[in-house]
Amino acid sequence: MRAEILKTYKLFINGQFPRSESGRYFQIPNPKTKKPLANVSQASRKDLRDAVQAARKALPGWSSKTAYNRGQILYRMAEVLESRKPEFIDEISKMTGNPKKAEKEVLTAIDRLVWYAGWSDKYQQILGTVNPVALPYFNFTLPEPQGVVGILVADELSLIPLVSKLAPAMVAGNTLVMIASEKFPLSAITFAEVIATSDVPAGVVNILTGFKNELIPHLAKHMDVNAVNYTGTDQALVKLLQEEGSANVKRIIAHPEPKGEAWLDNQKAQSPYWINSFVEMKTTWHPIGV
Amino acid sequence: MQISTSSTVDQVGIEERAAALSKRSIKKQTKIEGIKLAISMIDLTTLEGKDSPGKVQALCQKAIHPLEGNSSVPSVAAVCVYPNMVSVAKKALKGTNVKVASVATGFPSGLTPLPIKIEETKRVVEMGADEVDMVIDRGAFLAGEYQKVSDEIAQVKEACGKSHLKVILETGELETYDNVRKASFLAMQAGADFIKTSTGKAAVNATLPVTLVMLEAIRDYWYQTGKMVGMKPAGGIRTSKQALQYLVVVKETLGDRWLSNDWFRFGASTLTNDLLMQLTKEATGRYQSLDYFTID
Amino acid sequence: MTTAEKKIARLEVVEPKRLEFGKKWDYAPAPESTEHIKIQSRYELFIGGKFVSPKSGNYFKSINPATEEILTEVAEANEADVNLAVKAARTAYEKYWSKLPGSERAKYIFRIARQLQEKAREFAIIETMDGGKPIKESRDVDIPLAVAHFFYYAGWADKLDYAFPGRKTRPLGVAGQVIPWNFPLLMAAWKIAPALACGNTVVLKPAETTPLTALHLAQIIQEADLPPGVVNIVTGFGKTGAAIVNHPDVDKVAFTGSTEVGKIIQRAVAGTKKKLTLELGGKAANIVFDDAPIDQAIEGIINGIYFNQGHVCCAGSRLLVQESILDLVVRKLKDRIQTLRVGDPLDKNTDIGAINSSDQLKKIKELVQIGIDEGCKIHQSTCKLPERGFWFPPTFFTGVAQSNRIAQEEIFGPVLSILTFRTPEEAVEKANNTAYGLSAGVWTDKGSKIFKISSQLKAGVIWANTFNKFDPSSPFGGYKESGFGREGGLQGLMPYVQLI
Repeated sequence: MRAEILKTYKLFINGQFPRSESGRYFQIPNPKTKKPLANVSQASRKDLRDAVQAARKALPGWSSKTAYNRGQILYRMAEVLESRKPEFIDEISKMTGNPKKAEKEVLTAIDRLVWYAGWSDKYQQILGTVNPVALPYFNFTLPEPQGVVGILVADELSLIPLVSKLAPAMVAGNTLVMIASEKFPLSAITFAEVIATSDVPAGVVNILTGFKNELIPHLAKHMDVNAVNYTGTDQALVKLLQEEGSANVKRIIAHPEPKGEAWLDNQKAQSPYWINSFVEMKTTWHPIGV
Repeated sequence: MQISTSSTVDQVGIEERAAALSKRSIKKQTKIEGIKLAISMIDLTTLEGKDSPGKVQALCQKAIHPLEGNSSVPSVAAVCVYPNMVSVAKKALKGTNVKVASVATGFPSGLTPLPIKIEETKRVVEMGADEVDMVIDRGAFLAGEYQKVSDEIAQVKEACGKSHLKVILETGELETYDNVRKASFLAMQAGADFIKTSTGKAAVNATLPVTLVMLEAIRDYWYQTGKMVGMKPAGGIRTSKQALQYLVVVKETLGDRWLSNDWFRFGASTLTNDLLMQLTKEATGRYQSLDYFTID
Repeated sequence: MTTAEKKIARLEVVEPKRLEFGKKWDYAPAPESTEHIKIQSRYELFIGGKFVSPKSGNYFKSINPATEEILTEVAEANEADVNLAVKAARTAYEKYWSKLPGSERAKYIFRIARQLQEKAREFAIIETMDGGKPIKESRDVDIPLAVAHFFYYAGWADKLDYAFPGRKTRPLGVAGQVIPWNFPLLMAAWKIAPALACGNTVVLKPAETTPLTALHLAQIIQEADLPPGVVNIVTGFGKTGAAIVNHPDVDKVAFTGSTEVGKIIQRAVAGTKKKLTLELGGKAANIVFDDAPIDQAIEGIINGIYFNQGHVCCAGSRLLVQESILDLVVRKLKDRIQTLRVGDPLDKNTDIGAINSSDQLKKIKELVQIGIDEGCKIHQSTCKLPERGFWFPPTFFTGVAQSNRIAQEEIFGPVLSILTFRTPEEAVEKANNTAYGLSAGVWTDKGSKIFKISSQLKAGVIWANTFNKFDPSSPFGGYKESGFGREGGLQGLMPYVQLI
């Protein structure tokens, strides 16, 4: 009998898969056997710093791509995810012990990517405006990316919370530093492989696995992170984010919803207003004359 | 030929600036002084086909003594007439400081062969015109024949000799502020002593923003060369309020040096009486009736 | 040549190269009449639809910064007073305002707009007396814009179902709002109008140096017969503001003011469910390219930095000039600042009024001294300043580097720093090289360049070939440390609703 090659789960920073500079790792258990399922890199604050740097570097390129192009890339991610469906279902099942739910999660993730891919060249028309000012000026307001956005991925399910936040943040032109679910990190890193093979430029999405308590304060304090997006009800955590984030007036976007299975509900877990929580509004004035 | 104007003009911006300046509050002594200053800057004008020696002589009397019996009211700067009336005006104004200005160069269209324009200029100067108000060939300007327009101005200037040349751009026909600025530079570079907005014969005459554009062109030309050029808005300026607004624009754009009739004129026919009415109102405290002011 | 001939000799070279803006035909004083203006000797707090004495028992003086004369005294609200105001707002929210159909709310807001419009002259004069801004600005900018803001949001009150496709809205509850002293009534309008339109009730604190127009607005609100407690106005200092921000029964905090205080507020509301919007400081770049319409750019520069004595968060305080036209721009600015009329704010011809307070004047002077000490070259109008009151002449610095403090810190006064750039890329880089991101200006005649540059600038409002323009339909607010959330326009509704 052939011995299986076991996968090493590393970080995803700047389009590469490095181990944590700290050399640390943690193990997640197989819910049935309670034996270790895999070794996962435990990111350090220096890895976080590297991820933010990569995201900052990638921002001008990604944010200036055409909306159509960003949509194409998101759609490409859906295609690649579709083609690797069984692998994801298998991997999520290993973490959760629930193959049926795993399948639902993967299918929803694919469809959600397609849904946001389609929004890439439409949300501007919903969220932006042409403003009828009482002066001879042309005046319009357009959404622009917030910049480098930190995303704290919810722990309740494995793949879908990550995809549900990644897609609206990406489509809005931001570059991301995602702190993956501590409980379900494997599919996050495997999803990074999807990102890496879908024409997403290096640094646009960076995914760190590790311990949230260790990483979040550094993310909240980082002066080059423009926004932090959190889904959940931990008021102490939100307090920390706001307090530390105030040093550079970070946008702290905290949504109590969705929870649990609601992540799989399209009514509750996808919306152009989620894109709205990843944008800044820029208003431009110009005289109308000859 | 390229005209170096160094900058374009933004329509909304220039109109906002003109509107802001037009809101200056001119009251009491400032108003009285301003009205007198404005009177002293008038080129009292008659440019009608029915102009006759009698009409011009009467106008000249008004020019010398705008308000009979009130010596504190200054004479106007000049009387502006058609070529055939120059001699009449010259005679009527003899011994006074009031200048004679004549329109020339195929006024008002300027669509006359150049030799005739030059001849006309020479003749009005011979007849005693102190100042010549020429028109540019707007057709040529709008067709991009800047060299032609420039040459014409230069040759007319030469024909003027010691008489001063005012170049009428007919800004209403140039339509855009960019064109006004371009034409202003063209005229100044070709030797204009004054640049003037309008003939009074087009649908659109002097406006405050157009005047501001031309004053800013004069300023930039002065910045570049150190040469002062005068300004004359003409047509459509009928009220004291308007005249004072123009003075504000001069004062705050070019400053004290330009605030005299050596460097600023109003081309106007009916403005004088409104200025006199306002002046009398300030003196008497009574609102006035036109019945008490001579219509010459 | 006779003297007369010499006098009108043309084509003479005139030296020196400065234009002369002297006393020739100088404008006589044209003061706005204050005869019909009634400023009470004392102002109380406006709580629950009534003017009430403060529990604190304290009153503070409000002075006219142009004369240093005491105008009146104003109640200082302490925590107990704020409690009462929040309670009144909560009661009004639950009993009346949240139950009223949008169309009825709209009519009340329209009433405020109309009343304000009718009393515009009175408000303009009080604003100028209380804050020191020129009457032409309070008359032509502050008050009309405040009126327009109420009109704009009044119309939204019954149309919120159309504002956010696919969603309905619900009000947040009680909004606690703290506003600055630079546009006292206008900022009150920016805060109150959208809050009311969306169905919230309000506790507002005006700035301590400029409380009067907000209190006169309270009178209008009373006359307009708004249900008691829908709008409460409590005056006081920072402590009063803190009491509002920290009050547990406030659902929404909106603050306009300094970045320093904004950060404190963000910390203060951390961990609460209060929704927060901040409109903070700025150090806007005003970028002038060599192909700009120069004279309009000069006006934009002047308006950008000297409008309202430079007490403007979005002031164009960093001028970035393309190196090839630096000399021309500086020369023009030198001439132009000589024509700015500094003095009596009530004079209709005054361009620059009084600095809002002695504290602010001190800050301006300190930063200007730092500019001089750091070796920047100062240029100032030679205008004469009045002897009493707080004044600072129009000032600009050349030879400023990005690292100079006057290029980094918000001066909030009539002081401009001029820097240069060589290429568009350098212009954008320098413009964005700041912690702020409220506004920016771009001047060029080339359309494609405007779109390129304005899309690269990290700022919430871009004025292209203009500066300091405002409109109720146009959203306003910052990037980065200039705050978050938008005021004005459709986007200005978002901070005052929850989507359902």
